[in-house]
Amino acid sequence: MANLLAGPMIGAPIKRREDPELLHGQAKFTADLTLPGMLHLAVLHSPHAHAVIKSIDTSAAEKMPGVVRVFTGKDVVDKMMRLPVIWKPAGVESHFPPHPYGLPGAQTALATDRARYVGEWLAIVAAETREQAYAALPAIQVEYELLPVVVDAEEAMKAGAPQLHAEAPNNLCTHFPIGDKAAAEQSVAEAEVVVKQKISIPRQVHNAVETRASIGRFDPESGEYTLWTNTQIPAGNHYMIASLVLGVPYNKVRVIAPHIGGAYGSKGYLYPDAPLVLVLSRELGGRPVKWVDTREGLFRTTVHARGQTHYATIAGSHDGKISAFMSTNYASLGAYSSHNGPGAPTALTGRSMTGAYAIPHPFYECYLTYTNTNFVGPARGAGRFESNLVIERMIDLFAREIGMDPAEVRRKNFVQTFPYDNGLGWNYDSGNYAGALDRALAMVGYDEIPQRKAEARQRGKRLGVGLASYVTVAGVGPSPRMGREGLIGSTWGNTVLRVHQTGDVTLITGSQPHGQSHVTTFSQIVAQELGVDPERIEVIHSDTKGVPYAQGSYGSRTYSVEGASIYEAAQRIKEKARLIGAHLMEVAVEDVEFVEGKARVKGSPEKAMALPDIAVMAWFAWNLPQGMEPGLEVTTYWDPADFNFPFGTHIAVVEVDEQTGQVDLVRYVSVDDVGNVGNAMVVEGQMHGSIAFGIGPALMETESYTPDGQLVANSLREYAIPRASMMPHFELDRTVTPTPLNALGAKGAGDVSQPAPAPAILNAVVDALADLGVRHIDNPVTSEKVWRILQSAPHGKGQ
Amino acid sequence: MAEQGVPVTLTVNGREVRTSVPPYLLLVDFLRDTLGLTGTKVGCETGQCGACTILVDGISAKSCAMLAAQADGHQVTTVEGMAQGSAMTPLQAAFWDKHAVQCGYCTPGLLASMTDLLQRNPDPNAAEIRRWMDGNICRCGVYQNVVRAVRQVAEQAPGGGGE
Repeated sequence: MANLLAGPMIGAPIKRREDPELLHGQAKFTADLTLPGMLHLAVLHSPHAHAVIKSIDTSAAEKMPGVVRVFTGKDVVDKMMRLPVIWKPAGVESHFPPHPYGLPGAQTALATDRARYVGEWLAIVAAETREQAYAALPAIQVEYELLPVVVDAEEAMKAGAPQLHAEAPNNLCTHFPIGDKAAAEQSVAEAEVVVKQKISIPRQVHNAVETRASIGRFDPESGEYTLWTNTQIPAGNHYMIASLVLGVPYNKVRVIAPHIGGAYGSKGYLYPDAPLVLVLSRELGGRPVKWVDTREGLFRTTVHARGQTHYATIAGSHDGKISAFMSTNYASLGAYSSHNGPGAPTALTGRSMTGAYAIPHPFYECYLTYTNTNFVGPARGAGRFESNLVIERMIDLFAREIGMDPAEVRRKNFVQTFPYDNGLGWNYDSGNYAGALDRALAMVGYDEIPQRKAEARQRGKRLGVGLASYVTVAGVGPSPRMGREGLIGSTWGNTVLRVHQTGDVTLITGSQPHGQSHVTTFSQIVAQELGVDPERIEVIHSDTKGVPYAQGSYGSRTYSVEGASIYEAAQRIKEKARLIGAHLMEVAVEDVEFVEGKARVKGSPEKAMALPDIAVMAWFAWNLPQGMEPGLEVTTYWDPADFNFPFGTHIAVVEVDEQTGQVDLVRYVSVDDVGNVGNAMVVEGQMHGSIAFGIGPALMETESYTPDGQLVANSLREYAIPRASMMPHFELDRTVTPTPLNALGAKGAGDVSQPAPAPAILNAVVDALADLGVRHIDNPVTSEKVWRILQSAPHGKGQ
Repeated sequence: MAEQGVPVTLTVNGREVRTSVPPYLLLVDFLRDTLGLTGTKVGCETGQCGACTILVDGISAKSCAMLAAQADGHQVTTVEGMAQGSAMTPLQAAFWDKHAVQCGYCTPGLLASMTDLLQRNPDPNAAEIRRWMDGNICRCGVYQNVVRAVRQVAEQAPGGGGE
């Protein structure tokens, strides 16, 4: 670190400050924490997808060894409100169970009279040990009356379907139409070429390797509730628990997020356990209670993602120009809304439907329904995984229909001028989409693909190449806009930046890291701007006692929103230091600049005051400029003017085995543009993660329900996640198109490229099988699906 | 808990542990709950995710798929015992250099697996490294950087990287 002033810190691929404690096994995750007198919880799940709960008898379970108490819904229903939904799509019809404060409602923490999905929480055992708590579960006697079940989003809307909520006739939560339907229909009617395709996107389960966990402690003396939980949004949990669930003073709640073992969107919620462990600790006289989920519990009750069925239409002319794009999407929210669940299939998918293309007449509508399934919400690539899969498949179908190279169709229709209003609500900030495409084509050697196909065929392999471009909304987000979308909350970034008397720095951020390297990347901004060694910068986060109300990490917002707020805070510190420096050096303010950690007289670099010397005088306040407050500390709240829009093109090369249908991903090329970056090595790591999280649903990941509402995959034995040997060495590059929307020129990076891999791989497999008449295969493209296609091909195994 | 205990004597991170354990107690729970060595993680409890991977007599093993009683007479090394104090093994240092850690939850298991690999094969190629990693799920997607880290260790070893 000694040489930090020799070059820019921002963007440098420096090693992470987070790593030593993780590499030594010393970092504490929620499940690693033990409090004195702590009890352990086990949860009884509903085994039925839809049932009246006629009675629950806990008497036998309460006599089991070590059991302290068993709680049912009736024990807590008058002690906590229904969980709130914090995204009510604006300007459209929507129906939710009611929350007492007039908000849309989600579920109660424990079901009282009816279970609506397999896994819904019915009762909780508190016992001295975890094994005693689990041992008591089978002793709880529940009498059910089974009700008819519906698991499919489209079926749920049909006449005669089982009804989930009295407040939502025909199980309809929301109908969300955007764009000019009449104009789009007319454009389709007049088009030379029209291609239609149904695209079904099954559920994906985030499957963080760390399951969810919560520890609650109520202090009877102070009346304070403390929650340790692996949440991406500690402040959001704090606010919702205090104000919208428990109804207790805001300053009697404290939420701490310890280290988090991956989230990918699945931990950005208010789940039932968070308020429950606090209520249970209070009911148990203040004994702390700990709940750690099992993998089966995760599959049943941690949010799922995706699960959309699109009926898509693309229209254009033989010269390759696209004139209209329409899609009607049926998506299930699950039995209830996960608190932000309605956001992904409505605004995030809908407004993103046109991808990287200038399409004059777009239209989208979504029917969001309740079904007897676990709830659905955002995952890495939220909403845009689905929109990009649909548009990128449709672009390839259109290209094939008119006999034009898919790269050429993309190039002909890319958005060229910025800012660009896509007609569905997004305003693209900046880009060079063809630049990324061309770079990717050069990297993969696109011109040599025909030769490689011929060569592969001699080995019994069908080689296919697939492209996927993308534009992903990021930098969530401008708060007034989010309010207009229907988010009940805000999305600005905030920072407290304090330079101590010694020149050491404390940075308090509202963001919440779970692998994204906040401490390192944020330190780099402060280090460069203030000229301080990163090792002298302390970064505080994830504890609501001390961290102001804030937003956490999600929606690729961390660096381009929170980072921008840190950058702004550093500018204000520099300005105050410059004013104090000028005053103490008795030089005119306009003659002083703050550079390299010093207030320095312009033209006389030897005349300067270093930041620590200024800081001590700022805090002692013996001699400050007239009217200046003591101290060297600033607080910023930075709200972006708009979202930012990273983009790129990915290319997959697959080989399909003609005998077995096995799909091997043999090459993977990506060119991404996220503007300026905070740490190039970290951004590359995020890209690796996004690609892996897209390869999974492309080739193997899927969750589904049987008609009676049972999950098909309940463990990692049934749910496939890509392993290292299933992935090639990723060939990555970046182009750099800064955003004009923040001083860093940075766009979001965490999940922005996740929507590319699945359509790239699907397009590659379809390319490999195109001569058999294959137009489309829904994800995941398993070997079995491909083998069946090869078996049913007119010429046996294809030739 | 003390009823029907099985007497065991094992070495954990170089220190002898002499105690008795319930016959059904998993080794991972013994390490985490009894000895307080929480660096070893639990992910799936069914042997798929590899977060609980440790070294038993230097060989990688999933500690959720072993009983504590089965560790009797064996040398167990967890992530806490791989290096002394704040020092790092060459593999830990290489994970740091190559950004092979994101959230860090799978890291202890990956370190155990890759330590075992390097003992068997000091100069593994990328395909061999990836195959040996297949017992560990990293949902953040660090696999490529783990390959780079293991290659760094191989290349920096005396006489390494010659092939």
